[in-house]
Amino acid sequence: MFNMALHVGSTQRPEAVLFWVMAPMAVLAALGMLLVKKAVHSALLLAWVMITLAIFYIAEDALFLGIVQVVVYTGAVMMLFLFILMLVGVDSSDSLVENIKGQRPASILAALGLGGLLLSLIARAVTNVDAVGLTTANTAGNVQGIAQELFTRYVWAFEVVSALLITAALGAMVLAHSERKHTSQRQLSVDRFRQGSLAQTAGLPASGVYARHNAVDVPALLPDGSAAPTSISPTLQARGDIIESAPFELAPSVEEEN
Amino acid sequence: MNAASLIGNDPGWLIAVKGLIVFVLCVVLTLMSVWGERRIVARMQMRLGPNRVGPFGLLQSLADGVKLALKEDLIPKAADRIVFVIAPVISATTCFMSFAVMPLTGKVKLFGHSTVMQLTDLPVGVLYVLAIASVGVYGIVLAGWSSGSTYPLLGGLRSSAQVISYEVAMGLSLVAVFIYAGSMSTSDIVEAQQKWWFGVVLFPSFIIYMISMVGETNRAPFDLAEAEGELVGGFHTEYSSLKFALFFLAEYVNIVAVSSLATTLFLGGYHALPGLGFTESWLGGWFGMVWFFAKVIGFFYLFVWLRGTLPRMRYDQFMKFGWKVLIPVSLLWILVVATLRVMSARGEPRAVVAAFTFGIVMLIMAASSLYERSVRNTSIDQIPDSSTEPSFPVPHVAGINRVESINESNG
Repeated sequence: MFNMALHVGSTQRPEAVLFWVMAPMAVLAALGMLLVKKAVHSALLLAWVMITLAIFYIAEDALFLGIVQVVVYTGAVMMLFLFILMLVGVDSSDSLVENIKGQRPASILAALGLGGLLLSLIARAVTNVDAVGLTTANTAGNVQGIAQELFTRYVWAFEVVSALLITAALGAMVLAHSERKHTSQRQLSVDRFRQGSLAQTAGLPASGVYARHNAVDVPALLPDGSAAPTSISPTLQARGDIIESAPFELAPSVEEEN
Repeated sequence: MNAASLIGNDPGWLIAVKGLIVFVLCVVLTLMSVWGERRIVARMQMRLGPNRVGPFGLLQSLADGVKLALKEDLIPKAADRIVFVIAPVISATTCFMSFAVMPLTGKVKLFGHSTVMQLTDLPVGVLYVLAIASVGVYGIVLAGWSSGSTYPLLGGLRSSAQVISYEVAMGLSLVAVFIYAGSMSTSDIVEAQQKWWFGVVLFPSFIIYMISMVGETNRAPFDLAEAEGELVGGFHTEYSSLKFALFFLAEYVNIVAVSSLATTLFLGGYHALPGLGFTESWLGGWFGMVWFFAKVIGFFYLFVWLRGTLPRMRYDQFMKFGWKVLIPVSLLWILVVATLRVMSARGEPRAVVAAFTFGIVMLIMAASSLYERSVRNTSIDQIPDSSTEPSFPVPHVAGINRVESINESNG
């Protein structure tokens, strides 16, 4: 641990400035990620943490790693996360009710385990180890150096990982696959005409067109003066955003009241 | 001395000056391109376009910008305020950042310093541009989500799905360039094109890049994110005043950015057109910038031309095209390019290379003729139960005999 402090103390000035500016931001963002209520904010803060990490990588001469971190994690992975979160809804914040029994102790245990693992790894990486060989590794250029290692020494591991990823992608596709037959627009229109009734071939009646009020929540009136229930969007009906249609009808019942 | 070491010698103030030049260039180009687009589209539609403010209406976009800035700035009640404000800022800042690695000139003198007109030269410059573009998508997605309204959300999701998908195709089209140039640095790629432009050598990559750059910038015919008939204004429906102006700025700067990247990677960057190489030394090397921007403006004209000519594509067809056509084609093309590269690196005899190329061409022709045949067959099969005659008049479709069915129902 002492060694690490020494390292930090002896870093050159621009790097030290960068560290002391960016590191608190990264840590604050990481804490914020855990503490904010809305899931989208949390995802955004995570994206920010990833970008700061990328900046650190670049500052440590790992240019390729830094850029790829932004392209892959910030650009692709986090974006997919955001996608899902957004589709869940604008106002949804996490409910704090536990559904699975014993989830809390299990997750605490897992978190402690992961923390211990990370700590021991970091400790091994920084105590009594002098980092050497960066310049030799980067002599031919950072990208070339990585390519050299990746496609000679670690080519087997690389291929295994790619096979794993492809398997995962295929698995996801199989799980998400549904045997729905695709119907083309032409097929749909032909079907509409063939279904017998020509009344709805041109689409459902628009709301309120023949009624006294031209609003989406007011039903259209049929020739006999009664309301056409299909003229109002099912969404509005489900939400309950719909006015009682009886007063708008021209049916005898209304006229009798008058 | 190459570009990277020249840039490495720049004093701090020179970097600041260059940054300023790049920024000003981008903003002025945006103003000019908004005006240019309106004038060109007007010409294509037999109108005059803006011609009142300033000579030829040149100051029209300036006036529009001032008007936008003076408008009322609304934030919807349902909006997520912080994200709503951050989103346009992300869009407008990231779009400028990709210009940092664009080589605008070769070696020139700037305030007595020998340098190149390029802010920085990264060994992974092109990947950096892709990274910046992928961060820029956040602006769109967040704008759509934070507006707290349905159309912007749908528009934001649509456009980000579109940008991400077409970024994949774009990235793949760039791989062939990397293989040929042997580098991912923009200045090295430009230098590698002194003899032949990659737009000629790697023509399929060039085509794929051009298609995906239109998809990536959300421009017509791929402007589904703001399909006004379906989604009002797309992700920026709820934006007004300066925040909207930022999105507007970002859109045009992005167009210039992807055009610049296309120029750099495929059309020889700041190098002159073939046969006009002597012009490159004019004005002490600064004339390269003229060539660069001439090419960029050429691409911009292409954008406007597409907008003036083509109707908007349907969303599912567009995504299908990206994933099922562009990406597989570019993967196959990369395989071919890599094989050719290995062959030339190993010094294989010309006959082998020619035989390989011929074999590839034959394979493509065989595949395309098979595909066409299968399309013809399925299109005949597809006609729905043509045995049962419809009892009403329908538009003529191959396989349904319209005249007879009418006659039958009449008789």
